[in-house]
Amino acid sequence: MLELNHVSKQVGRETHISGVSLSLERGSLNVLLGPTLAGKTSLMRLMAGLDRPTSGQVLMDGKDVTGVSVRNRDVAMVYQQFINYPSLTVFENIASPMRIAGVGRKERDRKVREAAELLKLTPYLERIPLNLSGGQQQRTALARALVKGASLVLLDEPLANLDYKLREELRVELPRLFAESGAVFVYATTEPHEALLLGGHTATLHEGKITQFGPTIDVHDRPADLVTAKTFADPPLNTARVRVTGGHVHAGERHLGQLANAPPDGEYTLGLRAHHVSLAANDRYQTALTVRVGTSEITGSETFVHLDPDVAQEGATSHWVALTHGVHRLRAGDSLTVHLDPSRYYLFDTSGVLAHAPAAH
Amino acid sequence: MDKPWNNKAWFFVLPVFLLVALSAVIPLMTVVNYSVQDTFGGNQFFWAGTEWYTEVLTSSRFHDALIRNLIFSGIILAIEVPLGIAIALSMPRKGIWVPVCLILMALPLLIPWNVVGTIWKVFGRTDIGLLGYTLTAIGVEYNYVSNAVHAWITIIAMDVWHWTSLVVLLCYSGLVAIPEAYYQAARIDGASRWKVFRFIQLPKLKRVLLIAVLLRFMDSFMIYTEPFVLTGGGPGNSTTFLSIDLVKMAIGQFDLGPAAAMSIVYFLIILLLSWVFYTVMTNYGVERGK
Repeated sequence: MLELNHVSKQVGRETHISGVSLSLERGSLNVLLGPTLAGKTSLMRLMAGLDRPTSGQVLMDGKDVTGVSVRNRDVAMVYQQFINYPSLTVFENIASPMRIAGVGRKERDRKVREAAELLKLTPYLERIPLNLSGGQQQRTALARALVKGASLVLLDEPLANLDYKLREELRVELPRLFAESGAVFVYATTEPHEALLLGGHTATLHEGKITQFGPTIDVHDRPADLVTAKTFADPPLNTARVRVTGGHVHAGERHLGQLANAPPDGEYTLGLRAHHVSLAANDRYQTALTVRVGTSEITGSETFVHLDPDVAQEGATSHWVALTHGVHRLRAGDSLTVHLDPSRYYLFDTSGVLAHAPAAH
Repeated sequence: MDKPWNNKAWFFVLPVFLLVALSAVIPLMTVVNYSVQDTFGGNQFFWAGTEWYTEVLTSSRFHDALIRNLIFSGIILAIEVPLGIAIALSMPRKGIWVPVCLILMALPLLIPWNVVGTIWKVFGRTDIGLLGYTLTAIGVEYNYVSNAVHAWITIIAMDVWHWTSLVVLLCYSGLVAIPEAYYQAARIDGASRWKVFRFIQLPKLKRVLLIAVLLRFMDSFMIYTEPFVLTGGGPGNSTTFLSIDLVKMAIGQFDLGPAAAMSIVYFLIILLLSWVFYTVMTNYGVERGK
């Protein structure tokens, strides 16, 4: 088990990590989710022992390892860039951590071949990494981390530089590959849907602080505050300033529906995910809203419609996006009626804390 | 469909043609012309065929000078390349000392050959030179004028002082280009300092080292000014390198034919050795990747 107790990292006058407390179980998959510069890499460096925290404690299986150098810790790490020893073959690359650890030749050969088989590298074992594709290079790096059998495996956006198809493939394989090792497994990403696909637990990071940590689905469905909700939303969370009176939600003069279990009357920030803005009305999507179409992007099976909402004058605090199924040909400037389902509303109070969340599906 | 034919491109290529012709091809052809003929002045030429080539290639004078050149270049590469890498490795990567170090390193490169020769000539004099005087004072009988070994050491010291910086700067640029993540990965693997050098830095430096070795080889093989300024090729013939011998032959003895033949041979040797270096160094480690 890896535990961080109030860990902070100060570099000069900048605070990279502030007061992070986390406890990660062995055999678990933990996602660090946050935008670029949120502190994901800094936090991983602290976990690995590459950097020493300015204050706080790092414990591994109950033992204080705060000041222990990375060389004497049991850590494996994979980076966004494809890092392999340039002059060594794929085989030698995978074998390198075991050679340093002094694993016997037979054992080494067996483990390398096993890992190569798992990661589909067997045909390339005698090549040097430079002559491989990006996906093969990254698989080599992953195999190196895998054979090390470390008790802490850190993956820092390992799939960010790969093409779409390879990412899909590896994303499915990764948790399975490392799950058996019984290691603490930490995966950093900027993409909410990657966190959802990986499952496990998620910690959302914002400006060097953990805003929430829990099972991925729970964090997604019940974000503790507005910042977490925004971090865990792609496309960005649609927000608006609203007033709640007796369960009725108003943005300015416009009535946005009625809530069951509404919070006390007052000012709130409304949060609404893009896929809960519908182009068609039905018995659930009953709140109609007339907006102007900004741009629309068609991905094939879905259409992202950027809206110039009329709510703009009525309290919208973000650029609104509707994510709808199917291909919709919409022209910029067209008037459009979208429909909202009040039961999908998030409400955050004036200090940003979650006040109301939709009931679980 | 007719392709549009545009001759304007020739105007842009022409200056390069002229420049290369004037600076390289025409002088080289003049030398070829001299090397196959005999002249006694008065612009009278007699066909000599391969006579001068045979003479040069079989003369012990040429062989001795060639061996001196090979030994000299060998020593220069053996000292400057490892030393250059070592200095580059110990230079800071960040902070205000970077420009200071870079400027210090670049300084020797800005000094002309003959000035370097003169500096060391004076430096090594036993009566007024700091080095010569100090060595004499502590009991070393240092004298580059009469002792061949001392003359060689002095010339090698000059070249090392003058040109190691080039290797340093090339290697430094290569080292700075290595992403930080490589060092991190090595630290996580628990790799030693030597292993980091052997498996990360050296492979990543391969390209710049190739350039450094080629440049230093070609340049040291053409050594002329330093021995010329120091002892004029002496004591005896001990520092008479090919270039010095060539000048003696062409200008001292006015043997234009043999000198021209020797120039061509000299040129071909440099070309051949550079090609060998290039091929060996670019192919090293590549065959495994195929």
